Amino acid sequence: MAHYDGVFNALGLREWCDAGKEDGPMTMAQLLAQAQGADANETTGPLPFPSLDSLHEACGKIPQTREMTAGLERFFLDAKDSLKVVLDPLTQPLSWMLDGALWLFTSTPWWILIPLLIALTWWVSRSKPVTIFVALSFAFLGAIDHLEVAVATLSIIFVCTGLCVLIGVPIGIAMSKYDGLQKTGIPVLDLLQTLPTFVYLIPLIFLFSVTESKLYGIAIILYAVVPVIRLTDLGIRLVDKDVIEAADAFGMTSKQKLFKVEIPLALPNIMAGVNQTIMMSLAMVVIASLVSAPGLGVLVLRGIRNLEIGVGLIAGLGIVLLAVMLDRTSKAALARVDVSRSTR
Amino acid sequence: MTELATDTTTEPQIRIRGLYKIFGSTPQKVLPEVEKGMSKPDVLAEYQHVVGLREIDIDIHAGKTTVIMGLSGSGKSTLIRHLNRLIEPTTGEILVDGQDVMKMNAAELRELRQTRMSMVFQKFALLPHRTVLDNAAMPLEVRAVAEDKRHAEAQKWLARVGLDGYGPSYPHQLSGGMQQRVGIARALTSNSDIMLMDEAFSALDPLIRTDMQNLLLELQGELHKTIVFITHDLDEALKLADHLVILKDGEIVQQGEPQRILMHPEDPYIVDFIADINRARVLRARTVMQEGIAPDEHTDGEVDAEDTLESVIARAEGRTDLTFKVMRKGMAVGKLTMKEVVLALVPTVSSHERMTGTD
Repeated sequence: MAHYDGVFNALGLREWCDAGKEDGPMTMAQLLAQAQGADANETTGPLPFPSLDSLHEACGKIPQTREMTAGLERFFLDAKDSLKVVLDPLTQPLSWMLDGALWLFTSTPWWILIPLLIALTWWVSRSKPVTIFVALSFAFLGAIDHLEVAVATLSIIFVCTGLCVLIGVPIGIAMSKYDGLQKTGIPVLDLLQTLPTFVYLIPLIFLFSVTESKLYGIAIILYAVVPVIRLTDLGIRLVDKDVIEAADAFGMTSKQKLFKVEIPLALPNIMAGVNQTIMMSLAMVVIASLVSAPGLGVLVLRGIRNLEIGVGLIAGLGIVLLAVMLDRTSKAALARVDVSRSTR
Repeated sequence: MTELATDTTTEPQIRIRGLYKIFGSTPQKVLPEVEKGMSKPDVLAEYQHVVGLREIDIDIHAGKTTVIMGLSGSGKSTLIRHLNRLIEPTTGEILVDGQDVMKMNAAELRELRQTRMSMVFQKFALLPHRTVLDNAAMPLEVRAVAEDKRHAEAQKWLARVGLDGYGPSYPHQLSGGMQQRVGIARALTSNSDIMLMDEAFSALDPLIRTDMQNLLLELQGELHKTIVFITHDLDEALKLADHLVILKDGEIVQQGEPQRILMHPEDPYIVDFIADINRARVLRARTVMQEGIAPDEHTDGEVDAEDTLESVIARAEGRTDLTFKVMRKGMAVGKLTMKEVVLALVPTVSSHERMTGTD
């Protein structure tokens, strides 16, 4: 007898409960109880919370909780094929981009690639200390034979950050123009930012094969696109109302206003968003190595799996070094933008 | 040119008729009550709407400076923004060169703002990321004028407002007065007939403000723009205005020629307003004189019609028994006795007070 038998009896639902009663597959608890030679349905112990499972014991018509998770799983499996028809071609270019960039970065000889990257650092930051730091960091990574994996990680970051900017800035602009969109958009952004990073991977694993690079590409972009959207929206909303009014008073079209006034004045904020996006995609790249993303993350994972403490720690150090390089470079670029546009 | 000027004195360039602005969620529903004369506090208490402007009728003549004066909250900045429709009125008519601004579509409105009206702002509102030259050239950039052409034009006006050589600087490197000079150069570069100036000199310190007022008078003497100038400063208003409009709580209290308002204030509010000013320094001989003078009449000297009473008193060396001949462009137009001068210096009471005073 179960705890809540009495309730169903009192309500006169006993017949409805027992009609066509079929025993579902046994739960682990039932199996264990059986193994110990006791009846799992025995009314012993304290009164359990009237959950689906304990109600099920009293009445077979009440579904068990595991049927809910199973239903969700079934829903995903059923939707998978039709979703794939739409999503596969849409996201395929992402795979090509990621694979292409990876190929480009890993197959270019180091004596071409590294000087190019250092030159790029100089071009965006115009800062000698930052450029020297980046050069030394590459030399260090090279000296400890981690250059190739670091460069692979870097290729993923470049592609994902670039796409985040391409997607995020227009969304941010749209959100700054339409209050309704901002109201609906912010909860979505909050959700994306608070969802545990591993949970991103679950529906993606269902939809795409783990061997496809777009799987981790999508995960990184979903996670890292948030700050660039937020700060673009904020930046454009913070543009001085007087300046906007002047632009209107001289008859600017909304397109002229956007490109000649709003975006240039919001640029420091947008750049701060890009900096955050870079940092967040770097954080995600390690988790993405669970789903076959190459790079330093793989080594960290190996360190955990095989207890190769040294390998894991050195790879972790490499990631920190990459983070510092990217952060300093983008911050220097931000500072450069800020100075030429400061209102002081 | 002169023919055009005399022509437009009869036909105003901008004509505002029956303009109302009510702020709130459903202004159209409140409008009939306001038109019936419901007071501002009552509208706020009963409908939670704010009456911004009530029954505004103004004629703004070409080539003249019209000053709209009022304290903060009087609706003057709201009013000037209606002229280029930065703010939509609740009801009313604004005719610019005979064309109703309210009926313009987006393209016509842009054309109006680009070519026929320019604006100068209290907080300058320059683009901080552009150079001074680019800022001054902005109105032409909006019209897609070629770069060298618009830079040449901007350079010309920058030089005219005294900023030669500052082209490559950024606005934040300039002082407030210089930034506003850029603002004026920007408005002039657009080459529009009408210039709207929203408290243009209010953010500047007194000395620089006087400089800028003189610059504006000098430019106006040369260019004859139609200027609509907003200010809360009576001295500034009297200095610049050809036509003065005094606003209070969104309503016109009195409008007319500034000298006339000084001599015949129609409202206690205006009496209070003008109580503190130095009448001798503001009133002019032409305002106080008797029109017409017999050619053989005896006078003790000549004064110009535009002379202030202060200078007339100085001429008379304080004596009150003299009579002066008032001259305008070499012609005798009237006579001025020192007795009248002294009478004009007596602070006026409003016509309203005069009426109640006799009871």
